[in-house]
Amino acid sequence: MYKYDEYDHAMVAARVAEFSDQVKRRLAGEITEDQFKPLRLMNGLYLQLHAYMLRVAVPYGTLDSRQMRMLAHIARKYDRDYGHFTTRQNIQYNWIKLEDAPAILEDLASVEMHAIQTSGNCIRNISSDQWAGAAADEITDPRPWAELLRQWSSFHPEFSYLPRKFKIAVIAANEDRAAMRLHDIGIQIVEKDGEHGAAFYVGGGMGRTPMIAPLIKDFVPLGDMLSYAEACLRVYNRYGRRDNIYKARIKILIHELGADEYRRQVEEEFAHVKSLGIDPPKAEFDRIAEQFAPPALDASAPDAIDRSDPDFAVWVDQNVAAHKVPGHAIVNISLKPIGGIPGDASSAQIDLMADLAEKYSHDELRVTHAQNIVLPHVRKADLYAVWQALDGAGLATPNLDLISDIIACPGLDYCSLANARSIPVAQKIATRFSDLGRQKELGELKLKISGCINACGHHHAGHIGILGVDRKGTENYQLLLGGSGAEDVSLGTITGPGFDEDGVVDAIERVTDKYLAERSEGERFVDTFRRVGMAPFKEAIYG
Amino acid sequence: MKLLTGNDLKTGFVTWWTGADWSLHIEDAADVGEHGEAILAVEEAARRVNAPYIIAGEQTADGPRPAHIKDRIRALGPTVRPDLTLKPADPAAGDWVI
Ligand code: HEM
Ligand code: SF4
Repeated sequence: MYKYDEYDHAMVAARVAEFSDQVKRRLAGEITEDQFKPLRLMNGLYLQLHAYMLRVAVPYGTLDSRQMRMLAHIARKYDRDYGHFTTRQNIQYNWIKLEDAPAILEDLASVEMHAIQTSGNCIRNISSDQWAGAAADEITDPRPWAELLRQWSSFHPEFSYLPRKFKIAVIAANEDRAAMRLHDIGIQIVEKDGEHGAAFYVGGGMGRTPMIAPLIKDFVPLGDMLSYAEACLRVYNRYGRRDNIYKARIKILIHELGADEYRRQVEEEFAHVKSLGIDPPKAEFDRIAEQFAPPALDASAPDAIDRSDPDFAVWVDQNVAAHKVPGHAIVNISLKPIGGIPGDASSAQIDLMADLAEKYSHDELRVTHAQNIVLPHVRKADLYAVWQALDGAGLATPNLDLISDIIACPGLDYCSLANARSIPVAQKIATRFSDLGRQKELGELKLKISGCINACGHHHAGHIGILGVDRKGTENYQLLLGGSGAEDVSLGTITGPGFDEDGVVDAIERVTDKYLAERSEGERFVDTFRRVGMAPFKEAIYG
Repeated sequence: MKLLTGNDLKTGFVTWWTGADWSLHIEDAADVGEHGEAILAVEEAARRVNAPYIIAGEQTADGPRPAHIKDRIRALGPTVRPDLTLKPADPAAGDWVI
């Protein structure tokens, strides 16, 4: 785990003091809301449907137990005893009082956390692979590079007022667990001739105009990574469409320029930027990398798992993944109990996960973009004890990547931009498909719901996606099929006319029935869809 | 009817203009008729409310109700957490929201 150095501490402490003063002046009536709003947004404080909402950054989704406990503490003391883990690997609190915000930021700072750059037209929290440092298929841990990008982008003066928000993801495995190509910049650490380098995909994103990032450069030596990122951003900062908020993301610029022309401009800029000496000396990078040194895991730990408890065995098969060190495993904790609210966890559950991490996972936890939690380094011999503790707290739903493991944005229950509610739709779908045998029969099926076109719930990237729209003042849901946020990235296609809440659940059942009728051996839902196309599904849905 | 709503500066809670003050309860809301803009200007300047706006509402036997679903949800609380609404003890409290 990265530990703050004196600069990190000083920066965060200075910001807490500054914001505390701004809050005081706002409460005293010395500044207006128009003056205050940009200041609070710079500190992750939004005004939502029922109260202020605070978004806390979890850098590349990695937390230690102490930080996780602080998240529980904040939920308990200042909110309503729960938090919402998001697709951006962050946590949001829905019931924050303005007068409490300075104390919360102080509490966060005490465990090396903050809410800076979780809003606004700046470089946002860097996302990454939730299995980083543990995945059997990674070529290296991507987080030291993500941390380097975090340091470079924090308070970057040139990139504090970009044309629009900017999101970066870093992965280091061929399996993409971070929706890398749906970010403004997606970086994949790759290997060429025994050297590691960064492949840059630039200009992806969802929202109103979803786009898959094209490859801009297949291999940037890692010693040039920051300079190359700087060049990518400079070209965007100069030419991004500040005149039109709907066209202001980098994806539009690259789409309009064409990837080749954008690349040419970046290369030209890079030649200049490289002379500025932005990339850190190797010793500094090594200092960061050292802090992500793998925990001391005993590779001779027993590899066998006692599967005599059938419920445990079901959970192991679905929620436990291969670790790179023998005798160990990656535990995926589903925050998707059937009928529950995707991504929500109570203070007690957050505390319990922190305790389990401390006891069984070398003090580490991860937040996933699918709104689940990971214990990355668990001995196989400890899995049963972990499962029992999770099960006792309603955290052992064995549904990872199944149809009930739904991503859902807060939607109209909490979000002021929403057109329709997302959560009740997720609850109804999970309940309709609650039978685990049926879910397993359907296999990997990623269902993602957004309550409006902003696509916080990744609906374009769902094997099945749902988009809430407003039809003459009533909630209506469009259905999309065939998207993916993984290495087989694709954008979903709308099936046709939308549905009401119950109608969309029925439609999904017709879609999954059709899939079962059409599929060939070994095909996932999305594979069958790609092979047979939309027509049979449309026919099944609309008759 | 026209209603005035916003959020309390300190807590962020949803509030409704009662004709004299702000209340958490939609039942207390007053019809502001044509005077919405003028009241907003005064109240916002006095910083008694955050991000205020005027909405359409309708009078019912149980009191005023916002016309649009978003403000109906604001008026009571999240539909998925009845325990966190203004009337957690009343299972029928949300019947008019959706
Ligand atoms: C409730 C308060 C929220 C507000 C006001 C909000 C606002 C927005 C807006 C305006 C966009 C579109 C940006 C654009 O296309 O330029 C967006 C995109 C996004 N938001 Fe949110 N959001 C909220 C909550 C969330 C939550 C809870 C999550 C995670 C569950 C999330 C994750 C994302 C993601 C992944 C995108 C897509 C980024 C892209 O277009 O590439 N947001 N959000
Ligand atoms: S997709 Fe829309 S409704 Fe959902 S959280 Fe984002 S802005 Fe709100």
